[in-house]
Amino acid sequence: MALTSPEISPPVIDSLERKNSFRSLFDIVMTVVVAVFLAIALVPLIAVIAYVIIQGGSRISLDLFTQLPPPPMVDGGGFANAIVGTLIMVGLAALISVPIGILIAIYLSEFSPPSVARAIRFATNVLNGVPSIIVGVFAYGLIVLTFKTFSALAGGIALSVLMLPIVIRTSDEALQIVPPDVRWASVGLGASDYQTVLRVVVPAALPAIVTGVTLAVARASGETAPLIFTALFTQFWPQGLLEPTPSLAVLVYNFAGVPFKNQQELAWAASLLLVLLVLITSVIARFATRRKIY
Amino acid sequence: MNPQDRPSHSVGSPKAASATPVLETRNLNIYYGSFLAVREVSMSIPNNQVTAFIGPSGCGKSTLLRCFNRLNDLIETFRVEGDLNYHGQNLYAPKVDAVDVRRRIGMVFQKPNPFPKSIYENVVYGARVNGYKGDLDELVERSLTQAALWDEVKDKLKTSGLALSGGQQQRLCIARTIAVQPEVVLMDEPCASLDPISTLKIEELMHELKQQYTIVIVTHNMQQASRVSDVTAFFNVRLTDTGKRSGYLVEHDRTENIFQNPKEESTQEYVSGRFG
Repeated sequence: MALTSPEISPPVIDSLERKNSFRSLFDIVMTVVVAVFLAIALVPLIAVIAYVIIQGGSRISLDLFTQLPPPPMVDGGGFANAIVGTLIMVGLAALISVPIGILIAIYLSEFSPPSVARAIRFATNVLNGVPSIIVGVFAYGLIVLTFKTFSALAGGIALSVLMLPIVIRTSDEALQIVPPDVRWASVGLGASDYQTVLRVVVPAALPAIVTGVTLAVARASGETAPLIFTALFTQFWPQGLLEPTPSLAVLVYNFAGVPFKNQQELAWAASLLLVLLVLITSVIARFATRRKIY
Repeated sequence: MNPQDRPSHSVGSPKAASATPVLETRNLNIYYGSFLAVREVSMSIPNNQVTAFIGPSGCGKSTLLRCFNRLNDLIETFRVEGDLNYHGQNLYAPKVDAVDVRRRIGMVFQKPNPFPKSIYENVVYGARVNGYKGDLDELVERSLTQAALWDEVKDKLKTSGLALSGGQQQRLCIARTIAVQPEVVLMDEPCASLDPISTLKIEELMHELKQQYTIVIVTHNMQQASRVSDVTAFFNVRLTDTGKRSGYLVEHDRTENIFQNPKEESTQEYVSGRFG
């Protein structure tokens, strides 16, 4: 039997070549429009980073990390005290907000009745939306007026209030992503609720929780408004938790507005350091999430 | 406790009713809130045999299975009425510790769900949470060997359980379940997400495992039920007055009777593929 027969003509198929229809033209136009808007959106980011690097980069030296800010009209100096002060206050804030935030997230995701969880999540979102200056005034009223002094403690507490909703939200989301079957498997093997949470659910969510904490730290280290009311600033080394304490953010705020060139340069250098801090923490956060399990 | 130490009951006795039942239900009603999901189930699960639950979707066979190790406790609105006895003890008596029940009555789930831990840690998890004092290395080897997985993974016990293929993951889940030395292994459609070769391996495994364990399997696959089970229970679903679907046990007998000469017409229709 012949495989091909001359009588049967091949089926007629429309050409598959691209036609210059309105549809394909619209495709091209929209792609261009979207690309242009993307470029516009990236302009501020690139401009800020470039400007800060140009202005602050020249002043980066070891002195910045070892010396105190100089008095006006004096050259040189650094802001080692502000770096230490920022580390103390952000560390204190993390010490308060991370354990509380993760425990709240565990309660929300694992144990709370749905109606309670809804209420707490709503409250967390509201707290996240509270302007940072109001958090500063709150810490001022609560801590500064009680102890009758501006202090690192007040600054740390103000920052912890800002970090708390971020830690709760990211940890809550991270825990909820862990599939329910894994919990069933653990419970089905005779594990109690707390064993299930501590041995299976939290370890599975840990990379994403670390990401959330890192982002919260980055956010807190750049905050200025809550610190103006609470920690204030000094030209000297931090003296203790109940003393006024310098920070990078407030240093930028103070020095950027004064008419002395040296101080302005220090403000730029401090800005660069803050931007780098945020960039580096974001990269760390990315790196941590890359190892994500679910 | 080693499974070998347990007094061996008659294996493969000709009639389901004559074997000593491990689990027994009498007029068991299962509710979600006010909704009666499964009604009036009275049956017994014989020792060291494979019991299969078959029936159309929504007939409550998985729901019933999850009652057997009180996993439904995780669902808030869930409650039962009637008796569900394990060696004569009511599993839902107020004093019964659900955690202890689950240690004796293990479960393998529809979708393989290994923990995001190493193969080794997956197997020893149950032993760790239960405070097992024996040799963990030996436990891992024995459990993985029983689950017919040892040869494939013995050189990579430290790699993640999630890196295995679907069929291997499911056998890992079986190894994890039998590592706590349960008496009963419940399997909720264990092959539903597996390819035919993996399915075959797990079915062969069930034949091995029933020497030591009592197995209850939920399956949508009637060929699978006829291949692996000694006893089959057929469940069906009917609409209630309020239009909701409510499951019930139609009949429960030796597998060959269910498939070759069932007493009920609906069983005959289901096993011959005319509905479901």
